[in-house]
Amino acid sequence: MAASDYPGLDTLALHAGAQPDPATGARATPIYQTASFCFPDSDHAASLFNIERAGHVYSRLSNPTNAVLEERIAALEGGVGAIATASGQAALHLAIITLMGAGSHIVASAALYGGSHNLFAYTLPRFGIDTTFVDPRDPQAFAAAIQDNTRLIFGETLGNPGLDVLNIPAIADVAHRAGLPLMVDSTFTTPYLIKPFELGADIIQHSATKFLSGHGIVIGGLLVDSGHFDWESSGKFPTLTEPYEGFHNLIFTEEFGPTAFIQRARKEGLRDFGACMAPTSAFHILQGIETLSVRMNRHVENTREIVNFLMAQEQVDRVGYPELEGHPDQALAATLLPKGCGAVFSFDLSGGRPAGIAFVDALNVFSHLANIGDAKSLVIHPASTTHHRMDSKALAAGGIGEGTIRLSIGLEDVKDLIADLKQGLRAAGKAAKGARS
Amino acid sequence: MMITVNEQPVYCYTNSRDIEPTKPSIVFIHGSGMDHCVWTLASRHFARHGNNVISVDLPGHGRSGGAPLATIEAMANWVITVLDTLNIEQAALVGHSLGSLIALESAAAHASRIRAIALVGTTSPMPVSDAILDAAEANDHSAFDMLTQWGFSKRHQFGGNRSSGIWMIGNTLRLYEQSGPDVLFHDMRACNDYQSGIEQASRVKCPALLLLGAEDRLTPVRSTQGLQSALSSAKVEVLPGAGHTIMVEAPNAMLDALHQVL
Repeated sequence: MAASDYPGLDTLALHAGAQPDPATGARATPIYQTASFCFPDSDHAASLFNIERAGHVYSRLSNPTNAVLEERIAALEGGVGAIATASGQAALHLAIITLMGAGSHIVASAALYGGSHNLFAYTLPRFGIDTTFVDPRDPQAFAAAIQDNTRLIFGETLGNPGLDVLNIPAIADVAHRAGLPLMVDSTFTTPYLIKPFELGADIIQHSATKFLSGHGIVIGGLLVDSGHFDWESSGKFPTLTEPYEGFHNLIFTEEFGPTAFIQRARKEGLRDFGACMAPTSAFHILQGIETLSVRMNRHVENTREIVNFLMAQEQVDRVGYPELEGHPDQALAATLLPKGCGAVFSFDLSGGRPAGIAFVDALNVFSHLANIGDAKSLVIHPASTTHHRMDSKALAAGGIGEGTIRLSIGLEDVKDLIADLKQGLRAAGKAAKGARS
Repeated sequence: MMITVNEQPVYCYTNSRDIEPTKPSIVFIHGSGMDHCVWTLASRHFARHGNNVISVDLPGHGRSGGAPLATIEAMANWVITVLDTLNIEQAALVGHSLGSLIALESAAAHASRIRAIALVGTTSPMPVSDAILDAAEANDHSAFDMLTQWGFSKRHQFGGNRSSGIWMIGNTLRLYEQSGPDVLFHDMRACNDYQSGIEQASRVKCPALLLLGAEDRLTPVRSTQGLQSALSSAKVEVLPGAGHTIMVEAPNAMLDALHQVL
């Protein structure tokens, strides 16, 4: 028996965490839409509160529907456990507050989703946690930014929106040499395209709103623990290695070993901050994950055709897709992302902002909105929307220009998408000509 | 707590409590390549129910120093030395797999020190396949993979953990991966070489519980007939749906069953 005898990704995507419902035999995972769970007797209740028995108390802490989703993503990522949260941002926040407090420091990639950038740059400093942003393509920049009080290295598998490919093995090495965990946001890639734990990452965050659920109908996040990081040897994480008064002086590394991080995140962060996922949301995300491979494969196929189409257009100054010759991460992408670089990418229209606005407004099949990873194709102008709080310097550091357009390629017939883009380009051309005259 | 046994540091999980002479004591003994973490739920439970709990890391495992011991007999003697060190006259032993053989041998060879035994995921003899022994001797990861996959029932290959959010396959694999070089091989060889289990079982006088997984593929229920016959007064509980990793696959049913002898 070898490692390959473990169930494959597609099988896990359909089955991991789930058993036919013991009460009814229902094959689909039921939605356990309840706030609380009855205790058979007082001793049973006490044993649940004291972590002696497995079971559920209150749906802020755990819920049977959410538990299936949590196991499923942990299985797909090759981790030891996971927590479903109210959103991807809630998952990021949960990780940070589990690992550190005021006076701590984070080193993060400069190419981040705007919401994550807001959290690091503006909100966390109010709570005494500062962040140094560095070039995601330079592992030594991560090393140079590490301080005595640094507690986390953070990046996105594919930077948003420039698709900078995070060199996870190299940056994990930098992090581990400093006794720090590497956390990655794998929202763009999902476990279908990359397995960050196999490359050295320690914690994964997903916005499950995107490709995991896949249909733009739900908000949710997932935090996944690899179980690999040695918190005790690091000596930098007292929340995990020292007695916790909030739970009868429990020491998480002592009692839970490889699951110390995800256990503390549930028993403190989820309990106290309360950013739990609704069970109905977990159900919707589970349905999406069942078809993850099929969808991601089609997303990537359509994306490659559209990238090739755009590359042939005179009005397009640049297409930022790591599989393209000339992309600074082409070789790294071929190594880390052999199945493809996802279905979200940006390109620059000649004619700058007027052309970009005209292009977006002219599209018909593509939906103009702030999301990615829908089965439907999406478009947005980052400088005026998702990244509007960033100044021009920060925008440039993130690879965003005034005329940059971000596309999230869906599952439609690709000929219809290309036809839509053609008429958008015609409108952009007219707008650019008008702006010059 | 850390104690010193045979001049080596030994870790004993006690639920952050001191050992109290007036309380009954229970020693939990983990299986091959594992450590005390496999007993967290059970040890917390019996600590709250008025027991001294001592969940040990065997030599060379988890937080304990020293080298892994070579034989089940040596491990049983070591358990008695742990009791001596903690000034515990008599204890109940709960052991899983390798730990169950240690508990069995302890109850036979040191009868006056053991008041009850619970053997979880057990059989005797406990032969180990050449494939596992060879891989473990080579410190090949496939040994961890084989034990992880065969250690769970077929239904639990897909999880279904009642402890929320924990992927039981991944957590078990990680525990194996954290064991030191050669540790798993020493443990597996000790299990394989222990041939006197049936004979020793016939000498056990204390209350005994056999806690078996109905779908155990490493120590299948059908292989336990000799042990059941030798432990003439043993209670036998077969847990439906569980494989070999009963602490994880059926944690609540295991607690309820353990109360029969603890």
